[in-house]
Amino acid sequence: MANPSKRVSAAPARQRLSIPKAYKMYVGGAFIRSESGRYYQVSGMTKGSADAEVVNIPLGSRKDARDAVLAGKAALHGWSSRTAFNRGQILYRLAEVLESRHEELVTSLVRAGATERDAIDEVNASVDRAVWYAGLADKISALVASHNPVSGPHFGFTLPEAMGLVAVLAPESPALLGLVSTILPVIVSGNTTVVVAGERDPRTAVIFCECLATSDLPGGVVNVLTGRAQDLGPQLAKHREVNALEAWTPDAALRTSLERDGAGSVKRVKTHDAQGIAALRDEQRGQGLTYVERFLELKTIWHPAGI
Amino acid sequence: MMDLTTLEGKDTPGKVRALCRKALVPLASDPSIGPTAAVCVYPNMVPIAKHELRGSGVKVASVATAFPSGLSPLSIKLDDVRQAVELGADEIDMVIDRGAMLAGDYRKVFDEIAAVKEACGQTHLKVILETGELGSYDVVRRASDLAIAAGGDFIKTSTGKIQPAATPAVTLVMLEAIRDHYYATGKRIGMKPAGGVRTAKQALHYLVIVKETLGDAWLDPDLFRFGASALLNDVLMQLEKERTGFYQASADFSAD
Amino acid sequence: MATPRKNEKKTDAVKAASSEPDLGFTGESSWQYEPSLEGTDHLRFEKKYELFIGGRWVAPKSKKYFPTINPATEEPIAEVAEANAEDVDAAVRSARTAYDKIWSKLRPAERAKYLYRIARAMQEKARDLAIVETMDGGKPIKESRDFDVPTASAHFFYHAGWADKLDLAFHGRPYRPLGVAGQIIPWNFPLLMAAWKIAPALACGNTVVLKPAETTPLTALLLAKIFEEIELPPGVVNIVTGAGATGAALVAHSDVNKIAFTGSTDVGKRIQGAIAGSGKRLTLELGGKAANIVFADAPLDQAVEGIVNGIFFNQGHVCCAGSRLLVEESVHDLVVRKLRDRIATMRVGNPLDKNTDLGAINSKMQLEKIRGLVAAGEAEGAERWSSPCALPKKGFFFPPTFFTNVAQASRIAHEEIFGPVLSILTFRTPDEAVEKANNTMYGLSAGVWTDKGSKSFWMAQRLQAGVVWANTFNKFDPSSPFGGYKESGFGREGGRQGLSSYVEVG
Repeated sequence: MANPSKRVSAAPARQRLSIPKAYKMYVGGAFIRSESGRYYQVSGMTKGSADAEVVNIPLGSRKDARDAVLAGKAALHGWSSRTAFNRGQILYRLAEVLESRHEELVTSLVRAGATERDAIDEVNASVDRAVWYAGLADKISALVASHNPVSGPHFGFTLPEAMGLVAVLAPESPALLGLVSTILPVIVSGNTTVVVAGERDPRTAVIFCECLATSDLPGGVVNVLTGRAQDLGPQLAKHREVNALEAWTPDAALRTSLERDGAGSVKRVKTHDAQGIAALRDEQRGQGLTYVERFLELKTIWHPAGI
Repeated sequence: MMDLTTLEGKDTPGKVRALCRKALVPLASDPSIGPTAAVCVYPNMVPIAKHELRGSGVKVASVATAFPSGLSPLSIKLDDVRQAVELGADEIDMVIDRGAMLAGDYRKVFDEIAAVKEACGQTHLKVILETGELGSYDVVRRASDLAIAAGGDFIKTSTGKIQPAATPAVTLVMLEAIRDHYYATGKRIGMKPAGGVRTAKQALHYLVIVKETLGDAWLDPDLFRFGASALLNDVLMQLEKERTGFYQASADFSAD
Repeated sequence: MATPRKNEKKTDAVKAASSEPDLGFTGESSWQYEPSLEGTDHLRFEKKYELFIGGRWVAPKSKKYFPTINPATEEPIAEVAEANAEDVDAAVRSARTAYDKIWSKLRPAERAKYLYRIARAMQEKARDLAIVETMDGGKPIKESRDFDVPTASAHFFYHAGWADKLDLAFHGRPYRPLGVAGQIIPWNFPLLMAAWKIAPALACGNTVVLKPAETTPLTALLLAKIFEEIELPPGVVNIVTGAGATGAALVAHSDVNKIAFTGSTDVGKRIQGAIAGSGKRLTLELGGKAANIVFADAPLDQAVEGIVNGIFFNQGHVCCAGSRLLVEESVHDLVVRKLRDRIATMRVGNPLDKNTDLGAINSKMQLEKIRGLVAAGEAEGAERWSSPCALPKKGFFFPPTFFTNVAQASRIAHEEIFGPVLSILTFRTPDEAVEKANNTMYGLSAGVWTDKGSKSFWMAQRLQAGVVWANTFNKFDPSSPFGGYKESGFGREGGRQGLSSYVEVG
């Protein structure tokens, strides 16, 4: 591999100097740096990437988490009140955009250490999973809702609704399939989300955000922070405006503390260990209604029937 | 230092009563958080607010002078003021004639403020410049000087009906007018930014501007007020955040 | 009957109202109603009740007993064993053994038959269960007889049918029972809550350790006697009586797979925190401060009945009680007037009297809590009206009460009172009604009263509550999922959806 410093700063004559990308977090539909000004570095490079060997990634702060929560909350009403069909169309559009960036996503995964074969498989699986959830959007109600045959002259039914703002601590790996598998089941039903991307390969997460930003998804529905799950997770778990939290981490102590922190606001906290994360790679076990149902509220409505 | 305000065509006795109760007890779980400085309403709602706030020390401010445009004959505006005073208003929030101001008819603006001041008698007068309609800082400064010279006890940025309303820059211009008047006469005029101050953080910015322009004497409800309703809940939310160490939810705070 | 002259001494506010024609509902009827008491002389209580563990009645290792009293007379009914951590451990072990050796191996259709047996036996003993429920908890006999006991039995009947149809319930996904469920229930609907908890747990193949509330343990113990009678295998359901410490021991037990709790939000949060990292599944059904929203176009007389049912059902000891009345300002005075006249006809007294509308407050502690919050409401400047009805000399009673001119910020507008006390607020527009209704961390239930169908659905979509009653209130059914949004808890009870609380679905 070429000497990276040469590649960035001292291109030989006639060779074009590349333009490396600044990687930013995705909040409220905009790409931003951390308000803290802090950053951390990830390394690794691959053929086809213009980036330097070492790249600076925003280190999301407590206040970034707060701002992301506000953005997610602001987007909630608009997103949850769209028709299920429309949400399905937007997720399908996301699948299209992911497919169109196939090569870039593969390059990014390889740069973080995947073999090319595995990277291609992961991108394929991610696109297919996006298509699966796109098609689920307007079926959830049929699967979850009910008419309730109550005793007495009443018309009663139970409907699923979005739970609200769901925080997701995404798995470190698989970097792309992990994001698709944990974000889509949350937003397909109308929730909005604040996601902490895995610390190891945030660049793939940012490219994924660029896909989100160009797929008709309204700003604020998905907000992605980069940084450390153990810093941002507890902030999100304690934040009273966050309705639910799902954490995908092998760190048992972190899982326990998130569950404990969430209790203060009766937060719906679901944690997954390494085994749960591994299941995401499985075509069947990695997707399903179960992932969606966790972040639905059920509303039962009664009305008398009479004259 | 906060005035809770409701100035909507749909104001009802119930809405005004609810606002007054919020002014008296902003946060039920912490009685140490005292009442707001005043409640600001339309003249017809003054008796309801007075009744609800009786004995509390919370002032009732009434808008008057054909609020919010101010484009009615002077006699009607003065009647508006007299009746609001008769109904029991402790403070009158008048609007200046922005049309006259921009047409260069400064005498008319001055005379109207002076006449309103006279109609107020002992009642405290706040003069709303509606800075969002004045176009430039120069006009804001001139309107501030006129309002102070004509007898206003307070100058106030906005009605809340026009954007932009209060901004830090326009507030600074007005504070400078107050400062120059103080240098010249030793008399302290009050300041009220209104409209657009929604967060505790913004409010802190304003307090710093006041403190660094006019000094500590003005950090007092007699000389400085925020005209804001959304601000109160944000302040309460930040206090709770400081107390508990984590971010709060808006539903934790009453929506009156 | 009406004596308008009398009004002259009243306060200004009341005088203004009284200048209108007065129906003279003063709370003192010119008629004397004869008592109509449900007979109790055939009941034989035991002097003391032991713990029900492994299908046997065993003395507590704590060697301690506590009295359970009749809140309407303040007289003790019986002594009840207090389970300590050791007793809880024995109960969990017996539930584990029953799960491993019997219940998880039973054919689902056989599980179903046990549940049907329980439902039937409850129907056969319905009257005695109702009387004991009323004596132990203070609720009017008409409610325990016509609501609590039949609905409890219906829950077993409903879930019996699910036991052998779970393959249909989860859209073909694999599922398995959780194991041992620890269940902690409150004192407001003692038998019904036991049924809500036990029936789905057993139907889904779990075994149970149940802790009833310390002020109302008796009907759960009678239910245990039914389990004996219908030969439910030993250890499938174990009942440990006691107070908070007993519940905490159950929550902390390492061999419990699932905790189901109904009670206060405060305790719910502590339980959620306590089981962090344990892998235990949890459902919480917690407090509420439901908005009952009355629009000007509502059928007002029906709405008044709904308001009364919403707040005075079971003395207001209902987590989903319609305790915040939001009434459109234009009909506020009329609604308040109708409400006052309606409430003045309600009878407060001996819960065993078939004509009693409001029985006894469940405990002295609860009565003091209600009194404290009512005093806070008065101190905060809200205007109180309490029915002038006569209250019994002995026992814990509180008159039906409402507050007008309540600030949204005041304690009585956002704290759960859990008593017969209604806070009345006004709104102007549907948007404002939604904003005020949702301006709470609770989200259990809500009511909407309007004759306009599209408006009631528009409201129902926006109210953050697990149950929305439109033109009705406080309706429950085993087929109808019940549970909260926000800090009113999570998980549902009842219906197909409620089964998810007791299985792991793949």
